[in-house]
Amino acid sequence: MMTTLTKNPAASSDQRSARPGRIRRGGLRRYGDLKIALFFIAPAMIGFVLFYVVPTIRGIYLSFTEYNILGDPEWVGLDNYAAIAKDPLFWNSLAVTGQYVLMNIVLQTVLALGLALLMDRVAKSTLVRGALLLPYLMSNVIAALLWFWMLDYQIGIVNQFIEWAGLPRVAFFGSEEWAIPTQALINTWRHMGYTALLIFAGLQAIPQHLYEVAKLDGASPFQTFRKITMPLLRPVLVLVLVVTVIGSFQVFDTVAVTTQGGPVNATRVIQYYIYQRAFTESDFGYGSAIAVILFLILALVAFIQMKFLKGNESDLD
Amino acid sequence: MKKSLGTVAVAAAMALSLSACGGSGSSAESAKGEVSYWLWDANQLPAYQQCADDFTKANPDIKVKITQRGWDDYWSTLTNGFVGGTAPDVFTNHLGRYGELAENKQLLPIDDAVKKDNVDLAAYNEGLADLWVGQDGKRYGLPKDWDTIGLFYNKAMLTKAGISEDQMKNLTWNPQDGGTYEKVIAHLTVDKSGKRGDEAGFDKNNVAVYGLGLNGGGDSSGQTEWSYFANTTGWSHTDKNPWGTHYNYDDPKFQASIDWFAGLVKKGYMPKLESTVGAAMADTFAAGKSAINAHGSWMVGQYTGYKGIEVGIAPTPTGPEGKRASMFNGLADSIWAGTKKKDAAIKWVEYLASASCQDVVASKAVVFPALKASSDKAAAAFKAKGVDVTAFTEHVKNKTTFLYPITDNTAKVKGIMEPAMDAVVSGKQPASSLTEANNQVNALFK
Repeated sequence: MMTTLTKNPAASSDQRSARPGRIRRGGLRRYGDLKIALFFIAPAMIGFVLFYVVPTIRGIYLSFTEYNILGDPEWVGLDNYAAIAKDPLFWNSLAVTGQYVLMNIVLQTVLALGLALLMDRVAKSTLVRGALLLPYLMSNVIAALLWFWMLDYQIGIVNQFIEWAGLPRVAFFGSEEWAIPTQALINTWRHMGYTALLIFAGLQAIPQHLYEVAKLDGASPFQTFRKITMPLLRPVLVLVLVVTVIGSFQVFDTVAVTTQGGPVNATRVIQYYIYQRAFTESDFGYGSAIAVILFLILALVAFIQMKFLKGNESDLD
Repeated sequence: MKKSLGTVAVAAAMALSLSACGGSGSSAESAKGEVSYWLWDANQLPAYQQCADDFTKANPDIKVKITQRGWDDYWSTLTNGFVGGTAPDVFTNHLGRYGELAENKQLLPIDDAVKKDNVDLAAYNEGLADLWVGQDGKRYGLPKDWDTIGLFYNKAMLTKAGISEDQMKNLTWNPQDGGTYEKVIAHLTVDKSGKRGDEAGFDKNNVAVYGLGLNGGGDSSGQTEWSYFANTTGWSHTDKNPWGTHYNYDDPKFQASIDWFAGLVKKGYMPKLESTVGAAMADTFAAGKSAINAHGSWMVGQYTGYKGIEVGIAPTPTGPEGKRASMFNGLADSIWAGTKKKDAAIKWVEYLASASCQDVVASKAVVFPALKASSDKAAAAFKAKGVDVTAFTEHVKNKTTFLYPITDNTAKVKGIMEPAMDAVVSGKQPASSLTEANNQVNALFK
């Protein structure tokens, strides 16, 4: 019973992957559906074009200009890009962001995987599963401010505990060494539950009978995890990684409400640097050019992840 | 669009001449309706709301809608408004920002109106009115208030340390040994076992009370952080002010001053820069973690408002050239060039700059209004509340002020100087590293 139930999603996904091929063969039918298809796509399409495609193209255009928003953009060719290549703050922002992404993603994915396994095996109550998602329901800014106060050097409760424990106070946001790890941890805390939920969905799609067979063959839990869970979870895990890595690269709100790039340049992450150049220093051309570079970096990262982790193939076939 | 703007201008000119004759039958639309007005300081909102109510009483045709927005998003929201056409007709303007706004033609020159309505520019405290004349020689605002820097100190801590208020009022400073200012700061610093900063066995890594509080690195202006002593050496931020085109962060006199400042942290007399991220400096003073805080006159209300702490205010120390120094910053009200209520906006700005409104502001004892007569009234209002503000007014009376550095590219200068100053004050870099930052700053003006 259980086996047939859990097998269904896999079966239906097989059907889905077969469908495009069938449609491609039947040319007439494709055009017959076109009108209705467009009708259903339209709401998403309009939003996508208006709020994504147009601003992106305009952003790419602005990256070749000098533009202070109040005047008119002035074409300067590749000047912005040439200046960025020589801008130590840009390279610093790349390094800082890389550091953040690495800490955030590694920790978040490992913890989320653990949580997902617990949700799958142990914590079956909806209440507990729902509670894991709570931090994610909080707005980013609120979460950041909450931790900003709790971790405050002078009056934060965490430092009060640290002092009671007989240890020296820690400037979580004020010291260059701690600022990025602190923010990476805050966002890990916030996103962990949500990531776990995505992975949990992936876990549930793994046919139960495989585990039963493994058990019959006398596989240890660790072997089962390594040989069955991980390979079959891979497509979901890759998707989760692609999405979270892109999100992680775009860290901004936490920095904006806490350290604002400081101390010195320790948290001047790439998105914050774009904001600083464009909105604070009215250099929209320069800011756009960095944004375009970030866009290219993210596209490349996503491509590499999909290509080398084979995210679009499933071992279930 | 252009045409309608033209007609508005003609109508505006007509309305202006009419109102100057005292005629109330103006037909121009732009002298009626609702004028929107923005400011950032919530402490001043009640005073200006009263000004607005009084103004509407005198001019029943015009209503004023005041919006208060915090400093942090004031300027970006304003810029969005300029682009999107939703900016307020009149707004509180800052010296560090208006140069760029004027250059981008977002501000309305008000020379004609000021001349026509006989606004007496000499009635303002010296220099304040001149600040708002742009590089093109046109006037972009009328002064509303001013501020200087003083030393807020904890009276109980002073008494305990055996330092008299007279000593506090006559501090000297120099970049070599810090003068009596450093001696007092050292003596007021107490470590966790009760040893003072100038006693043997003082543990600089376990300080309970710092002699001097720290607000931050001070970025490009050092308004409350270091300008009040650095400028007593004869150093100034720029080659000329306003509209200088060369910054002087490479001057040895400046760098020696900053080295002294960063040295206070190393000696344990001032908190580490890393501990200043988060809780505000004034609050840590209230929590008894610092004995002296150098801060601006706009903070008087906050410092004297803490319960259970007796606060005194002393003037900033006398420098090597025998004079005190304080940055003199002033705000003004400006009109957005895209306003559709030009005449009403001008009337409102002139009212804000008049004694009628500035006396109201003075009576609330929150800031010092720009008019000389109103300034005196504000000082009296502070005194009535039991606060002696001569430490701030003395600078103006003795002409020991210097202006907030007004140049182009101020946002970019700040962008470069903020991390550079932080690196020095946190002890990561020597003050000589500011020469490199200064080169970057001056490259902006080429």
